[in-house]
Amino acid sequence: MNTKNQLYNYILEIADDSLILGQRLSEWCGHGPILEEDIALTNIALDFIGQANNLYEYAATLSENKITPDQLAFLRVDNDFKNALLVEQPNRDFAYTLARQFYFDAFRKLFFEKLIDSKDEQLSAIAEKSLKETKYHLKHSSEWIIRLGDGTEESHNRIQTAIDFLWKYTNELFEDNQAYTEILDLELGISVSALKSTWLEYVHSILTEATLTIPNSPFSQTGGRKGIHTEHLGYLLAEMQYMQRAYPNSTW
Amino acid sequence: MVTTKNIWESLEKVSDPEIPVLSIVDLGIVRNVEIDKELCTVTITPTYSGCPAMHTIEQEILTTLSPIIKTEVKSTLSPAWTTDWMSENGKKKLREYGIAPPENEVDKSVLFAKPTIVPCPKCNSQDTKMISQFGSTACKAHYQCNHCLEPFDYFKCLR
Ligand SMILES: [Zn+2]
Repeated sequence: MNTKNQLYNYILEIADDSLILGQRLSEWCGHGPILEEDIALTNIALDFIGQANNLYEYAATLSENKITPDQLAFLRVDNDFKNALLVEQPNRDFAYTLARQFYFDAFRKLFFEKLIDSKDEQLSAIAEKSLKETKYHLKHSSEWIIRLGDGTEESHNRIQTAIDFLWKYTNELFEDNQAYTEILDLELGISVSALKSTWLEYVHSILTEATLTIPNSPFSQTGGRKGIHTEHLGYLLAEMQYMQRAYPNSTW
Repeated sequence: MVTTKNIWESLEKVSDPEIPVLSIVDLGIVRNVEIDKELCTVTITPTYSGCPAMHTIEQEILTTLSPIIKTEVKSTLSPAWTTDWMSENGKKKLREYGIAPPENEVDKSVLFAKPTIVPCPKCNSQDTKMISQFGSTACKAHYQCNHCLEPFDYFKCLR
């Protein structure tokens, strides 16, 4: 892979994380536990889809084939998607949704803070823009973790179950992809493994405040970055892509 | 001869589709206006990454300017838009319209921080409460006045 190719694939990973999580969150539209949360989750979904759009637009300019952002979102199959397994996990209940969000937001904030220093101007600009939104997201999810953990017995148990269950998907966020050596050498992208200790520190501090037990299982499940996904992604794509598949090239 | 000053004046008439009382100039999303011979280039920036109004705004700019001069619209992400780009005039118009303009806000890393004091745009009371950090559009939070009980939108601070 030449540098341009690497950069293209690198950007797709970031974009896919945003798109898939945005799509997951948008499933809450009309189903939120309270009106304010319904609005909050869909607002956050919109931010993620907006970030994905900016990233796909940029990736499309780097592609050797004539490709559009819409094609990247709606016409790739599950193995083409390089999102982390964490973001494709189903919503299940409000606790699972918020646990997933908390783990990811905490990672994303550190990620964008570093990506701002990218020597690639457009990537740096997207990071700068996205970081402002991510700070709101992290505040929102962190406060909910504390509220649920330190809430009733029922809310405590349910958020603890979700936190424990999703733990195995967090390590993947911090695996440096060996295919991107040039991206790191040229300082276009960043090393995610370097973010892990800061992430752990933050997650621990919030879980402790939430009176939750910090998971310590060493087992981790990975594969998303290589296109090997859990069964859940296929269903998500089926719903998200069906319109373009059924009516190719249809527009609003 | 069309000057950039003429263009800026025309852009004052293009309103934000979600907050029609604000022009895109008040909102601070017009970054640059350039005229090169017969072509005018207007550069705009989104408020939020997923702002759904960007396409409409682009169309509105083209519709407004094309009778005057051949126009193209470009979009840029950097420097990222913050509420500091909003003009004082824009903040005044927002308040009169019933939306509380952005206040200086505490650091977002402080969890459960006391929400920013946002005066009620109806009765000016400082005794208001935040209902939700997320409101009717990406750029607004939802508040209520404890004094006159009126619910209102707050154009939240983005930095
Ligand atoms: Zn009032």
